[in-house]
Amino acid sequence: MRRPFVRELVALAEADPRIVLLTGDLGYTVLEPFQERFPDRFINAGVAEQNMMGMATGLAEAGYRPYVYSIAPFAVLRPYEFFRNGAVLQDLPVRIVGVGGGVDYSHEGGTHFALEDLAVLRPFPSVRIFVPADITEAALATREIADIDAPVYLRLGKDEEWALPDPPPGGLGSRILVPGTDVLLLCLGPMVRSGLVAAEQLASDGVSAAVAVVSTFNTDDDALVDLISPFPLVLTVESHFVTGGLGSLAAELIAEAGLGTRLQRCGFRNVPDGRSGSPGWWMERAGLSPSQLAARAMDALLPS
Amino acid sequence: MRLMTDDELRAAAVRCRLRVVDTAKRAGVGHIGSALSVMDIVTVLQCAIMNAPDAGDPTRDRLVLSKGHAAMALYAALVETGCLDEESLASYCTDGSTLATHPERVVPGIDFCSGSLGQGLSVGTGSALAARLGGQARRTFVLMSDAECDAGATWEAALFAGHHRLNGLTAIIDVNGQQALGYTPDVLDLEPLDAKWKSFGWDVIDADGHSISALRDALEFRGDCPTVILARTKLGRGVSFMEGLIKWHYWPLSDEEHVVAATEISAGLA
Repeated sequence: MRRPFVRELVALAEADPRIVLLTGDLGYTVLEPFQERFPDRFINAGVAEQNMMGMATGLAEAGYRPYVYSIAPFAVLRPYEFFRNGAVLQDLPVRIVGVGGGVDYSHEGGTHFALEDLAVLRPFPSVRIFVPADITEAALATREIADIDAPVYLRLGKDEEWALPDPPPGGLGSRILVPGTDVLLLCLGPMVRSGLVAAEQLASDGVSAAVAVVSTFNTDDDALVDLISPFPLVLTVESHFVTGGLGSLAAELIAEAGLGTRLQRCGFRNVPDGRSGSPGWWMERAGLSPSQLAARAMDALLPS
Repeated sequence: MRLMTDDELRAAAVRCRLRVVDTAKRAGVGHIGSALSVMDIVTVLQCAIMNAPDAGDPTRDRLVLSKGHAAMALYAALVETGCLDEESLASYCTDGSTLATHPERVVPGIDFCSGSLGQGLSVGTGSALAARLGGQARRTFVLMSDAECDAGATWEAALFAGHHRLNGLTAIIDVNGQQALGYTPDVLDLEPLDAKWKSFGWDVIDADGHSISALRDALEFRGDCPTVILARTKLGRGVSFMEGLIKWHYWPLSDEEHVVAATEISAGLA
């Protein structure tokens, strides 16, 4: 998703001289198209993410639209307080671009995972959060963000090929991809890929599983309530800790709206333990593989 | 109003110090010593150095009060420039006021909120970078405490600004040698400050932080790289019983102390 992001950003920057791209010395073989086209507006801040985010405050106050790019934990967690005091408290249009949500950087180890980025950014009601599901949504999100006059977090997965059959009709948000009646698999961004496979498995077992993708936070919670409310059971599926992300949001909405929907949160429940493995291996360990999701839904549907 | 002579600036600084002790007394809050420490610096900046401070004008010079706990000094000076009036100053720390012990951007004449130490130089560096990108000659000033040199992020910004030779950026360090719990040499010794900053590619000016003329000369200087002014100051400057005492980083004034402080400041001890 990094390539569609950079492609769209270059196109946007042609027309919008306010766009500047800051990187914490990351983005090799990805950011060059921007760097070559706009050398003055490409700023390698070095391995100094706090200063990078602080500079974004100064740039945004002066009328620029800074995009602050790094691997997600270094873009969000290291300079978190700079973002809070700068962009959030002063309502400035700083854009954090965090690459590798969840365990995309699986072999790099726990330091490179982003399993709590949404938990720390979701509480700010003014911060618009985008978690594109595929390369199409990554491009659309980049264009959508350009017009937002507020802080933004864009969480980009590392996949550069996979795409849903159709783009979101009305922009990124929450939408049903597969209808169903017994259970809703409510998937965060790219996790919808596993959700779709799980739904097929459930269908072969005679379960009518709906699949929805959630690609934004802090945009339209009412739409999400409407989406959840018809279902007796919802499984949230996210590459994130089960606390603070989509599972928590669903729990809050179900409780506040007084829905009768039961909730199962699928996501990471343990701190990374120092093992190395592929993204698929990490997903399996967190119970997020398609067959595990299907089994979880079957268990929950069994009469107790 | 732009005051031009040094004598007029000295008189303005006396008025500002009086506002500080009166405002603090009225609100019953502290941070008085810190405000008095930077009062001469802020007065010269606001009244004689920074360009027409028309809030919202993108070409205006910017100030990051990185040591946000000295906000009273800034409010007092903004009364001199006409951004604030005495009446709004009287709302300091009352319910619903925009004037808190640390500055907020919603106040006219205040460009950035601050209060978390060690972040201001990064913000100022970004602002100076923006001026360069936009081809603007405007300047960015960052007023820091010496203890902010404890923070790693300060040196991240120093490295960046020095590398990129951001000569529109001037940092002023309020070297009063004190921090919240002790004297700076005892907490984390920062010296030699001049060698540290020089090694990061900055012009360094050592100045008496209470000399109007020395501050003016230092603040007017703009070289080929960023400038840091090591302003040698005294916490609580102008009030004899406050000067150099740790207590006055936080302490509020009693009725008796307020009378003495106001009398001493009025007598021109500043």
